[in-house]
Amino acid sequence: MTTHVPPHVAKSLVANTDGDSTIRERGQHEVFCGLTSIIWLHRKVQDAFFLIVGSRTCAHLMQSAAGVMIFSEPRFGTAIIDDRDLSGMADMNDELDKVVARLVARRPDIKMLVLVGSCPSEVIKLDLSRAAQRLGKLHGPDLRVLAYSGSGIETTFTQGEDNFLKAIVEGLPSAPAEAPEHLVVVGCLADVVEDQFKRIFTDLGIERVSFLPARSGLEQVAIGAKTMLLLAQPYLTETAHIFEKRGARRLIAPMPLGEQGTTAWLWAAAEAFGVDRAKFEAVVASGQARARRALENYRSKLAGKRLFFFPDSQMEPALARFMANEAGAEIVEVGTPFLNKAIVAPELAALPADVPLAEGQDVEKQIDRCRAADPDLIICGMGLGNPFEAEGRSTKWSIEFAFTPIQGYDQAGDLAELFARPLMRRGRLDITLAGEAA
Amino acid sequence: MQLTMWTYEGPPHVGAMRVAASMRDLHYVLHAPQGDTYADLLFTMIERRKSRPPVTYTTFQARDLGGDTAEIFKAACHQAVERFDPKAIIVGASCTAELLQDDPSGLAKTLGLDIPVVPLELPSYQKKENWGAAETFFQLVRGFAGGRTPVERAEDAPKSCNILGPTALGFRNRDDIVEVVRLVEALGVAVNVVAPLHATPHDLTLLPNADFNIVLYPEIAGQAAQWLKRTYKQPIVDVQPIGVGATREFVGAVAELAGVDPGPVLASEDERLSWYSRSIDSNYLTGKRVFIFGDATHAIAAARIAEKELGFKVCGLGTYVREFARDVRVAAEAYGVEALITDDHLEVEDAIIAAQPELVLGTQMERHVAKRLRIPCAVISSPVHVQDFPARYSPQMGFEGANVIFDSWVHPLMMGLEEHLLQMFRDDFEFNDNAQASHLAAVHANENHAPVEHDDDANSNILAWTQDAEKELKKIPFFVRGKARRNTESFAAERGFNPITVETLYDAKAHYAR
Repeated sequence: MTTHVPPHVAKSLVANTDGDSTIRERGQHEVFCGLTSIIWLHRKVQDAFFLIVGSRTCAHLMQSAAGVMIFSEPRFGTAIIDDRDLSGMADMNDELDKVVARLVARRPDIKMLVLVGSCPSEVIKLDLSRAAQRLGKLHGPDLRVLAYSGSGIETTFTQGEDNFLKAIVEGLPSAPAEAPEHLVVVGCLADVVEDQFKRIFTDLGIERVSFLPARSGLEQVAIGAKTMLLLAQPYLTETAHIFEKRGARRLIAPMPLGEQGTTAWLWAAAEAFGVDRAKFEAVVASGQARARRALENYRSKLAGKRLFFFPDSQMEPALARFMANEAGAEIVEVGTPFLNKAIVAPELAALPADVPLAEGQDVEKQIDRCRAADPDLIICGMGLGNPFEAEGRSTKWSIEFAFTPIQGYDQAGDLAELFARPLMRRGRLDITLAGEAA
Repeated sequence: MQLTMWTYEGPPHVGAMRVAASMRDLHYVLHAPQGDTYADLLFTMIERRKSRPPVTYTTFQARDLGGDTAEIFKAACHQAVERFDPKAIIVGASCTAELLQDDPSGLAKTLGLDIPVVPLELPSYQKKENWGAAETFFQLVRGFAGGRTPVERAEDAPKSCNILGPTALGFRNRDDIVEVVRLVEALGVAVNVVAPLHATPHDLTLLPNADFNIVLYPEIAGQAAQWLKRTYKQPIVDVQPIGVGATREFVGAVAELAGVDPGPVLASEDERLSWYSRSIDSNYLTGKRVFIFGDATHAIAAARIAEKELGFKVCGLGTYVREFARDVRVAAEAYGVEALITDDHLEVEDAIIAAQPELVLGTQMERHVAKRLRIPCAVISSPVHVQDFPARYSPQMGFEGANVIFDSWVHPLMMGLEEHLLQMFRDDFEFNDNAQASHLAAVHANENHAPVEHDDDANSNILAWTQDAEKELKKIPFFVRGKARRNTESFAAERGFNPITVETLYDAKAHYAR
């Protein structure tokens, strides 16, 4: 498998992944649950409706985390379980069918209905997969119904997308043995980024490319032994696993963040499809040059800055690798909710050897470590940002890395800008907080 | 099972968090799965709070369910006490933990902590945020103020009161307290304790020492105040001083309980609403149709101000707080409208469209609806938004609150002179439907957001308009055109006129002349 590791990554692969210096913590997790993935999933799959089967807390979480009021009717909602359902006065499956019937009548434009399990629905063992089958028969074939769990007891933030994609892949048809090789890029990317990659793949001569999730819930790709799987997001452990179980070959690459990450990621696909290095370099040269030029603007602002990552999206090792190698930042700690070493091996290999990793979280201990390290920039969730700012520290909301298009050559500068902006702002402001030393 | 796209209230444990986050020296240990920590951002982001709310979550995961989640809870309690050194803790469960039946209350008793532990039972699948806040505050008051002997004071000592109800994430509560304390102290009444905002558990033990209680927000403090009344015979001032009339009544009620003269305070020259409303400039406000929706306290107060103090016409009144539905129904009846009691924002939107108001007073959700419908709007109630924590001093209560209300409700409307000009020029090339009033320029006339002209009225399906009548209708300024159409159609329907002619239009105008 190491044949697919880009050369600059391969040389350090051995050095960094053996020692088990990773901090593993179990304590208060200050992270979103998997339901939150719906915020970008429903924007991506434009004819899908995500129906959470959960509690008022789930509904409140969604509207608070999305930080928005509703401008038009959103394509997500919550079927709130109440006392009558729990006490058995109402049959929960009948109730769910009623809710879905109302929803379908109200939104005939919906082509894919996704039932999303929550903490309460998991604890009471409400079988949403069976409900999805039943409802699919009832409302199909124009409406596809599937189910996955985004519950906080099983998923952290981006793992919701992982479970969603796994549910999709389980329903995909098998490709016939004689089918030609094709590339499936898996993980939510902004449409603009997807289109850029598609153009590059075309220029490389890789014609059969699918992206998952597709923009329409009805689009289907067949998978089998000739499927090459290229992950565009690092948090897709379950999805990658089921692809591999169905015979697909996973290409090993770092995430397409920054100029180096994007080149290595594209090369993994190019090499698998037999594109020669010279052609590859000719195709990516202009993109590389643009990315380098864009990064140049930020390097002076980011070089030597000390960064501390709190766990959030599992993108942290990739982000840290980008910041260390392409922006010259110093990484104080890389927290991540879950460390799938098989997937992030190329990132870890490319990180400086002494970067501390922390998997899981005990937020109080992590805050103490962070204060003691006194970094220049803290990448953390929205619950922690302002309290750190009030201590005079600079922070960046980690959630923005999940919402902003940051992958690919033409977004490398935008990615650096996300890190640079809080520092630049702090530099511009000539105002101290009341009671703060000047 | 209820389909919900958006909700006015969070779950009851968020209400408990609001009380915990209001107080000092108090910590909340919440048995909850990971993900429930999202609630922290309500405080750190919406209120821009500088510290994390004092809440420790157990954040259990699926792999813990087979093991001992109760142990995790106990460990979390010990760690929270050790780290944050509170003077008391409250303990409870969120919706998922409630299903586990770990019994945080029972467990807390076995912890052997040397500080008071107040257990909470908040049924997540029945109740909501306001109820949770009220119950939490009540349990804290009962726990800390129970079994005390009020301090004896000299007969001639000045009277004192408690001010109950302000909380974190409450609509303008931060500034309301300042205003109410100032009013009360101007009357020569001492403020014994303000709670829950800024109070400590120790402060709650002092509650029985006051002569009476002021309840600013019955949704939060009503239950606790009733208990104090039963237990310590403390009378309740339950007029909420929102608006000039209510503030004067409030001053009167406080003065009466304190045995002081309200005269000097009532003569306050800082109050401007009454004069501004009587000033000739405000004539154009007369009879403007106002739709009001919010929590019960603010909705009822807004209706009174709208009708009695600004000369508007209440065309809709409602609340999402079912516990106070009765009060809102009584108020609605007084204004000749049917109360809208619902927590479904889509139902509220339909009611707004049907009522064709010229001003919407509501929550942030109604602000969005009004913006979409291009109706002027002001926010009067929770649920709060970052904009509801303005940098400037901006109370709703007291005389200054009335001043703030005058400005924030009247400024979104077209100004008097501007409205006269529109009347005069009608379909002038510059003053027309597509030219937005200058002060509303931020909301650029967007072709996709056509002005509201709804045909929901059943009449419009049957009644036809002649071409001339349609043309004449277009000459009526757009902001009253909807009303003119509706009035004309019901006038025609009642009399069996069909189609509607120019004649019918003006007959109807004469009929409905106000």
